[in-house]
Amino acid sequence: MSDLELYQENVLDYYKNPRNKCEIEEYTHTARELNPLCGDELTIYLNVKEGIVQEVGFQGTGCAISQAAISMLTEKLVGMNVVDMKKIGKEDIYGMLGIPVSYTREKCALLSKKVLHKSLEVPQC
Amino acid sequence: MRKQDFPILNNVVYLDSAATTQKPQVVIDRLTKYYQEENANVHRGIYTLSQIATMEYEKVREIIAGFIGAKEKEIVFTKGTTEGLNLLARSLGETLQQGDEIVLTVMEHHANIVPWQQLAKERGVILKFIPLTSDYNLDMKKAEELITEKTKIVSVVHMSNVLGTINDVKKIADMIHKKNGLLIVDGAQSIAHMPINVHELDCDFFVFSGHKVYGPTGIGVLYGRKELLEGMKPYQYGGDMIREVSLNEASWNDLPWKFEAGTPNISGVVGLGKAIEYVQSVGMENIEKHESELINYFMKKIEEITIIGPENNRGAVFSFIMEGIHPHDVSEILNASNVAVRGGHHCAMPLMKELGLTGTTRASFGMYNTTEDIDKLFEGLQKVTEVFK
Repeated sequence: MSDLELYQENVLDYYKNPRNKCEIEEYTHTARELNPLCGDELTIYLNVKEGIVQEVGFQGTGCAISQAAISMLTEKLVGMNVVDMKKIGKEDIYGMLGIPVSYTREKCALLSKKVLHKSLEVPQC
Repeated sequence: MRKQDFPILNNVVYLDSAATTQKPQVVIDRLTKYYQEENANVHRGIYTLSQIATMEYEKVREIIAGFIGAKEKEIVFTKGTTEGLNLLARSLGETLQQGDEIVLTVMEHHANIVPWQQLAKERGVILKFIPLTSDYNLDMKKAEELITEKTKIVSVVHMSNVLGTINDVKKIADMIHKKNGLLIVDGAQSIAHMPINVHELDCDFFVFSGHKVYGPTGIGVLYGRKELLEGMKPYQYGGDMIREVSLNEASWNDLPWKFEAGTPNISGVVGLGKAIEYVQSVGMENIEKHESELINYFMKKIEEITIIGPENNRGAVFSFIMEGIHPHDVSEILNASNVAVRGGHHCAMPLMKELGLTGTTRASFGMYNTTEDIDKLFEGLQKVTEVFK
């Protein structure tokens, strides 16, 4: 990549002014995931009632890509049902970011999906 | 200095020599020549080709011995620093008893921590770590306290791959030798940046990798004092390392072959030999001088970055952080300017934890880098600041 396509304003905006970056008061699902190599770290909190997401939040540290991706993803989750959340794939995340994600940054972008799916695996708390 | 000798550098500002150095054309040519004209297994055939391969292979032992002030028999070829340290942990570990102590430092690479951790678990050996001072040097007062009669081995990095700190190995040698223990020096970084003489360092073992000193990957060197190597058990078993084998018994070959089981990395060895000859032709003192000029130039330019490492007494490895910007983002944006640096924990997670960091960006230099390369790095960093402002 010769250009700085990765750091488009949209992505940087979500990194600098993250949406839903908070631990919500009541949640039914949570999980933590990290990329040990780069130190990206995410924790997600979901409040799911009757199979539908009511509220969502996250905490995390890491690179712009990992943090922007989770913030964007959380914005899509309220109102979504568990079955559809489980179907969220790699292409959905890339589409949402709208940037060319290189092989070396794949893990950063997809940590958001990983932590979401992990939270759905564990029994409700 | 000699950038033109390294063909790959035509297209990139390469600032990741602490990870691996680029190779001069003479080393690349040497590998080709070996496979075109000299390839055969060593120590076996009576035919001419095998004799040539064996002679070329063993000649490199002489070159390495001369390069670090050792005897030929004291030079064991390994896969690299990591294997050298594993060999030592395994082979020296056999002699340790429950309650014996090994002293390391908090600035070690994982390769000089994990093998000892495993040994500690298996044999009930206790690990102790020399801490850092606030200016990123080893706390020598604490070292004095930690190294006691119980200490059998001290294993310490000569030059940190994260901080750039050059440790006073000689002083640590005095401490451990007074207590009748052994000193291992991890020379993975230092080997490419300063003249090394194992007797002046007064170490018992010194390990390094070929690829960090302008040679091929997959080849490294373990130096050990002859009388120590003679008393040690082999680390791997198989062909070439034996004297005689029956169905139920075997006896070991002489030094250094006792530690070289199986067909060795012959092309790697001859390539490393050429790399060392090349470095010697430039002169280790000249390389050291050139790099110290780069260090001075670099230190004058740092304003927007925070260096994680000492001001003085350092090599040309610079870890730094930029407020609010992750090292991978810094590296990615520098890559867009064709500047290659490393971001992350640099295989030193305990050190990162000690420093309260998840990672740093690291620019590391070799003999081929110039002040223009440093200018390009700082131009790139300017861009990083702009993107994230």
